[in-house]
Amino acid sequence: MFKRISLEPSRFALHLAVLIIITLWTLPTAGLLISSLRDKNQLAASGWWTALSSADRSQVGRMKGKADQIEKDGKFVIEGNLFEGEDAVAGKVSAFGTKVQTPGANPADSTVALEGGQTLTVNADGTYALTSPTAFENDRGGRIFYVSSQPPRFTTENYETVLFSQGIGRSFVNSLTVTIPATIIPILIAAFAAYALAWMKLPFRGLIIAVIVGLLVVPLQMSLIPLLKLYNAAGTFMGVPSKTYLGIWLAHTGFGLPFAIYLLRSYIAGLPKDLIESAQIDGANDFKIFRRIILPLTFPALASFAIFQFLWVWNDLLVAIVFLGSGEDQLVLTGKLNALLGSRGGNWEILTASAFVTIIVPLTVFFSLQRYFVRGLLAGSVKGG
Amino acid sequence: MTAQILYAFITVILGVGGCFGYFYGSNWLLDRIFPASASNDASAVRNLKLQAMIRPWLFLGPALLLLTVYLIFPVIQTIWLSFHDKAGENFVGTANYVWAFSDAQFRQSIFNNLIWLLVVPAACTFFGLVIAVLTDRIWWGNLARSLVFLPLAISFVGASVIWKFVYDYRGEGQEQIGILNAIIVYFGGDPQVWISLPFWNNFFLMIILIWIQTGFATVILGAALRGIPEDTLEAATIDGAGPFKIFYRIMVPQIMGTIVVVWTTITVLVLKVFDIVLTMTNGQWNTQVLANLMFDWMFRGGGDFGRGAAIAIVIMVAVLPIMIWNIRQANAEQGGH
Repeated sequence: MFKRISLEPSRFALHLAVLIIITLWTLPTAGLLISSLRDKNQLAASGWWTALSSADRSQVGRMKGKADQIEKDGKFVIEGNLFEGEDAVAGKVSAFGTKVQTPGANPADSTVALEGGQTLTVNADGTYALTSPTAFENDRGGRIFYVSSQPPRFTTENYETVLFSQGIGRSFVNSLTVTIPATIIPILIAAFAAYALAWMKLPFRGLIIAVIVGLLVVPLQMSLIPLLKLYNAAGTFMGVPSKTYLGIWLAHTGFGLPFAIYLLRSYIAGLPKDLIESAQIDGANDFKIFRRIILPLTFPALASFAIFQFLWVWNDLLVAIVFLGSGEDQLVLTGKLNALLGSRGGNWEILTASAFVTIIVPLTVFFSLQRYFVRGLLAGSVKGG
Repeated sequence: MTAQILYAFITVILGVGGCFGYFYGSNWLLDRIFPASASNDASAVRNLKLQAMIRPWLFLGPALLLLTVYLIFPVIQTIWLSFHDKAGENFVGTANYVWAFSDAQFRQSIFNNLIWLLVVPAACTFFGLVIAVLTDRIWWGNLARSLVFLPLAISFVGASVIWKFVYDYRGEGQEQIGILNAIIVYFGGDPQVWISLPFWNNFFLMIILIWIQTGFATVILGAALRGIPEDTLEAATIDGAGPFKIFYRIMVPQIMGTIVVVWTTITVLVLKVFDIVLTMTNGQWNTQVLANLMFDWMFRGGGDFGRGAAIAIVIMVAVLPIMIWNIRQANAEQGGH
């Protein structure tokens, strides 16, 4: 490949250009992954690209009241630690003040004089000491406004939250329930049909193939309303709910068949003719030929289709929200993610972790089986979903 | 939940077993009813002929049945429904279409769909071609191509979350955690609410689909580029053609067929784009598209099947030329077989 065109002076520019493109393409996903692993307070406070540097945070803490004062060397002292207060996020104090407008008025580890001869010392570790020549009289202490810097913190808490208390775990199981049967069932049906269309003599073969090629691009939208009506009618007639897993398995099977038959037919039709003819001369009928010769040889194409169908069904939202209910026992991952976008729109710690859970399975399938995936793509690049 | 897993597992066994059972059983039955080893030669020959006549239909049967129920019948019924009222009971003539073309939202959707059609396939094909050519000539090209290809495995909803995070907006003066606004602010600009920015918000949604589909174009076009005969490129180089000239005059014309396939495939996909719009804006701020509008009408106010069907037909009509072209291509390829 190197010597195809000589473009030597610009080789550096070439590498740079590809690097820039790759960065642009990977950055959004990288941002999602990094954010999902960050502490949720840090995630909300700073961009994910600053994840490795410590973040500054303005906080407020209340000092203890008169009950905790002690008398020392003729002075009254209240001591405590800011990071022990409720809602305080531990870190390192960099500056403090006593007014909300100026949380950065004084550097940490310094002492400031307050009204009435009082002094206040705040240290970097969060400890403070308030001294006064007279006894403190207030039940509640005054407030300290301070800036603390948090070291970067990475955690799997977000994942625990979404998996176990946001319903993503359950939706994950639902998605698997939909996807696995909807991937396996069409394979066999399509393989038999593909063989018949590739090697058997039958009337209208050309017409059937043309119809299947045509169906490849029929928008799903054309099927939705009639099928919804049909499912509702069937549900009422048989006294069962109209939104069932069986219904969606069959729907995905039906929608996947044109591509499956098209892909497998072109593969099977490309097998050597001698192979099939010699088997016929040996007296094998078509069923035997299919089972003994075609099926094993077609494995790569079957794998390609299986990956396609798996990704397609797993990533589908439209079919799932039309043919399945929105209860927790039927809501698939894509539907759940869509619902979370509505209800938890600003909670990025939940959204990023949820999104990553939904894409981890397709990414794994994709990376481990990329070869088959690409082959399927090349063989049948006409299906648009 | 355990019951559900068990239920799914049993279905897989039953479904796959049922398929096997059907194919085995029906073939076995066929061999029994018309035995090839009949007592006299005449009936054996006749039986073999009958077997050869019936067996293809046994193979095709389940597929044809499912295709009919899930695609062919619904297409016909959708056409029928588009001429009926919201419950699909009374014939209303072309009222649904008349309504559609006078409806502001519908016209907005048509307009948006047109922009999508103009921009997305062109952008994907262009980027795909550029990336395919560039990565073909460096040693880590395969890795680079995998990374561009990666979004193709991500669902539209997942991709929408990823990009919603990129476009995230915080009020002015606050720290921006969306990278796009952070960059704008860094260079001294004002942060924007990208997905509600009039007109341009459509493009921010399109970027998502371009980001997903460019990998597809890269892979297909990359394979086609490798299929270009080496000597045509060498001849051009010897004749003194520069790299850009070689690209436009030698490479592009030779893979024109593949470019058309990529372009039309993405065009069909664009016409059906639904998830991205639903999750990003649900059609607000003038970003509505036909597929989402159709979904909307299926359920809005208890559902108006007539209008929904009419919108589906409009999408179908747009796909029709590509469909006819595909069928003709397939017939031409099949000619020799």
